[in-house]
Amino acid sequence: MGETVTFWVLAVVSVGAALGMVFNRKAVYSALMLGGVMLCLAVMYAVQDAPFLAAVQIIVYTGAVMMLFLFVLMLVGVDSSDSLVETLKGQRFWAVIAGVGFATLVILAVGNAVFTPAAGLATATAQGGNVRSVALLIFTKYVFAFEITSALLITAALGAMVLAHRERLTEKATQKVLSRARFRGERPSPLPGPGTYATNNAIDMPALLPDGSVAEDSVNRYIARYDVEHDHLPTDPKLAEAIQHKAEEESK
Amino acid sequence: MESPVEIAQYTAGGVIGVSWLMIALPLLGAAVLLVLGRITDRWGHLLGVAMSLASFVVAVLAFLELVGLPEAQRRQAVFLYEFIPGMADMGLLIDPLSISFALLITGVGSLIHIYSVGYMSHDSDRRRFFAYLNLFVAAMLLLVLADNYVGLFIGWEGVGLASYLLIGFWQFKPSAAVAAKKAFIVNRVGDFGLLVGMFVIWSSFGTFAFADLGAKVGTASQGTITAIGLLLLLGACGKSAQLPLQSWLLDAMEGPTPVSALIHAATMVTAGVYLVVRSGAFFFEPGSPQALAVAIVGAATLLAGAIIGCAKDDIKKGLAGSTMSQIGYMMLGAGLGPAGYAFAIGHLFTHGFFKADLFLGAGSVMHGMNDEVDMRKYGGLRKYMPLTFATFMVGYLAIIGFPLLSGYFTKDGIIETAVHLQPVLGWLAVLGAGITGFYMSRMVFMTFFGEKRWADDAHPHESPSVMTIPLIVLSIGSVFLGGYLILSNRLLLFLSPAVGRPEELPEFHFASVPGLATLGLVAVGAGFAWMRYGRAEVPVLAPRGSFVTAFARRDLYGDALNESLFMRPGQWLTRIAVFLDNRGIDGVVNGLAAGIGGTSGRLRRVQTGFARTYALSILIGAALLTGALLLVGNI
Amino acid sequence: MTAHYLVLSGLLFAIGAMGVLIRRNAIVVFMCVELMLNACNLAFVTFARQHGNLEGQIIAFFVMVVAAAEVVVGLAIIVTIFRTRRSASVDDANLLKY
Repeated sequence: MGETVTFWVLAVVSVGAALGMVFNRKAVYSALMLGGVMLCLAVMYAVQDAPFLAAVQIIVYTGAVMMLFLFVLMLVGVDSSDSLVETLKGQRFWAVIAGVGFATLVILAVGNAVFTPAAGLATATAQGGNVRSVALLIFTKYVFAFEITSALLITAALGAMVLAHRERLTEKATQKVLSRARFRGERPSPLPGPGTYATNNAIDMPALLPDGSVAEDSVNRYIARYDVEHDHLPTDPKLAEAIQHKAEEESK
Repeated sequence: MESPVEIAQYTAGGVIGVSWLMIALPLLGAAVLLVLGRITDRWGHLLGVAMSLASFVVAVLAFLELVGLPEAQRRQAVFLYEFIPGMADMGLLIDPLSISFALLITGVGSLIHIYSVGYMSHDSDRRRFFAYLNLFVAAMLLLVLADNYVGLFIGWEGVGLASYLLIGFWQFKPSAAVAAKKAFIVNRVGDFGLLVGMFVIWSSFGTFAFADLGAKVGTASQGTITAIGLLLLLGACGKSAQLPLQSWLLDAMEGPTPVSALIHAATMVTAGVYLVVRSGAFFFEPGSPQALAVAIVGAATLLAGAIIGCAKDDIKKGLAGSTMSQIGYMMLGAGLGPAGYAFAIGHLFTHGFFKADLFLGAGSVMHGMNDEVDMRKYGGLRKYMPLTFATFMVGYLAIIGFPLLSGYFTKDGIIETAVHLQPVLGWLAVLGAGITGFYMSRMVFMTFFGEKRWADDAHPHESPSVMTIPLIVLSIGSVFLGGYLILSNRLLLFLSPAVGRPEELPEFHFASVPGLATLGLVAVGAGFAWMRYGRAEVPVLAPRGSFVTAFARRDLYGDALNESLFMRPGQWLTRIAVFLDNRGIDGVVNGLAAGIGGTSGRLRRVQTGFARTYALSILIGAALLTGALLLVGNI
Repeated sequence: MTAHYLVLSGLLFAIGAMGVLIRRNAIVVFMCVELMLNACNLAFVTFARQHGNLEGQIIAFFVMVVAAAEVVVGLAIIVTIFRTRRSASVDDANLLKY
């Protein structure tokens, strides 16, 4: 009974999260949804007498792999989102047909199968529990495959380094060169910080210059765009105009 | 009728045991002359003559030893070596028939060699010529001496090769090259018949040896025997220039004048007669359809050759037509069974002499007339080359069957036997003899009598003695040989151990009805020729002539027939094949390639470069696979 | 009860597959692939339980290891492509075609 309840709750959540992952425009949300699915699955592993896998699922997937995803998302651009227009003719239609058809077929196959009551893993894990039994198998029967996996992991790490590495084409700029470039450029000084007002000292409030004009550079353009999109503009029209200006600059 | 005697293995240590020297010596000569090449230029012709003469000596010695044996032992087989294990051994059969041929080949062959020393003295390739002559003699001897059909076939092909090389000896002349090619190809047709005949012999009897065939031939059905006989006849027609494979012989006169002509008149073309006579005991039972076919072919060819001979102005081609005609007589005789064999072989011998005489005489005339061959440009030559004239006249009288000369006995023998056994063919042969009288007289009158019609630069003179002495030798043979062979059945009795003999021996009648009719017709023909060409003036340019003349001039339209029946359809077939190859086979291949190319060109559009399209097809495939597995009930 | 898990696994797999087909952001496509792998893992674990056999869990473990390696390399490729083409869309990398 307890397992049934657990299953249904987790099943609904995981299917919902999976659908959310597929249909959410923003990649970060997709990643979070996927994390949810993985956590659900981890619990299911635990319920199904696989505590070791449950731990590995959480550590490797939700821990390492998902972090890697998020990291790359940040690298590529957190705000990059898909457009909703499908460019390939008939791709969506056929994708849904094929996906639904495949799911139907698999469910049909499972429904057609005759299930005996689950054998359970009590006998298989009799010698010192699940982790010990899995370890016994991995280090005896599957030790060769396991060793090969280590080679695979090393290769993958090396491959990732090779792929991500960029050759330096010019000399690394020294501090001297950098400072010279800064002084030759338009602005030798650092960018101005955000404005601090009596009623509001948020990071999206532009500062004022000594002559009373608005310093547009004091607001991050991403934040400016966010403000414009979410209608968080300050009440002061001068400041609002500056933020809008900055947001337009960003969207160019 | 009496059958041939059994063939025995030769065990005594006489000359017959080394009769292979007959073949080996000329073959060695040919090999030396061809392999050593120009080194032998100075003495090559002497080696050739020596080898041929040595072969002749061996033949004479073997002949003497054979004659010394009792009649029942006059067929001796000499085993040489195992040739094709289980099929044929290389061995020689020395019996009256083969030794007669060997004597003729080596004897006349040696005379050709000697004559050629003088005739070819100005030719820079004389050494090569003698190599070919030696090769010819060796091959011809292998043909007649082999004791089985395989050896015979090897000799047969060797003769064909030597003939090809000799006809095309002056290969720089396009006409000679074409004539050689023609002879070779026409002979191929005949060889094909011989070869298929041999196949049938092997599959029916399992042996090629003459010694074994006699016992086994009764086991086969009559149809098989007839088939073999007709196939062998086809082979004989090819080599002996009989209808319908006669067309190569006239063109073969392109070879070096007297020598090649002698081979194609006196020796080589008799191979077909030899084949028929040799196979006679097995496959040409008297009265059988195939024997009748031989006789019919002979009769048809003797008429055709005679008619062609009437219209030719080229003296060599006239003689070539005459050769066809005379071999037709031999074939007619050979088709009559043992009764005719002796006359056929006898005519072969006498013809070998008088035709050699006539050809050498013609060569002598040409020699004196700057190699002019057109008889219309001769005339009145008897005063200028008396010796040639005399010997030519002897040959002429012999060939038309003037009483008591060689041709008289042998030809009348054939005619009489034919009238007796096959009356229609016999009377046709009588008619042919009359035509022979006409065309040979025409030749003599145009050449030696009448007005001079020479070219301006002609200075006729008698030939040197190296050329006239063979003429005299041959003339003597032309006069006496026939009577010696035929009277009291000498040749028939000599040959009978090899070919059998009829129940009652024929008797030569000097005053039989066919014989008198022949003489009468020959006289009429000769008189007609005198009226047209002796008394009347012969125009230097050939008159247009009637339809019949044109018919004969063009070799009875034989070439035209071959062209329209075989060459043109063959060319059309080739063109159709080329068309089919270009459009059909190439079309299929190219079309297939184009089809595949076009399909691929359209199909490659599937490769859009979009990973998601590929993924979609993978998923659809996986779904279909799952569905299929579900349907067959595996999951 | 195992049938339920298997049906859930099939559903998740199909959703992941559809995601691969529909989404164009390479990173999201990758996430969908991970979802498919996880669905497979669930099936493996379920079968292990059904048959009373640990091998299913072992293979699931190996799948995780391989998936980890795959993610590393795949994401590195995405970063490289993005660096050169300024785009993370799988449709933009379509030069390898007819």
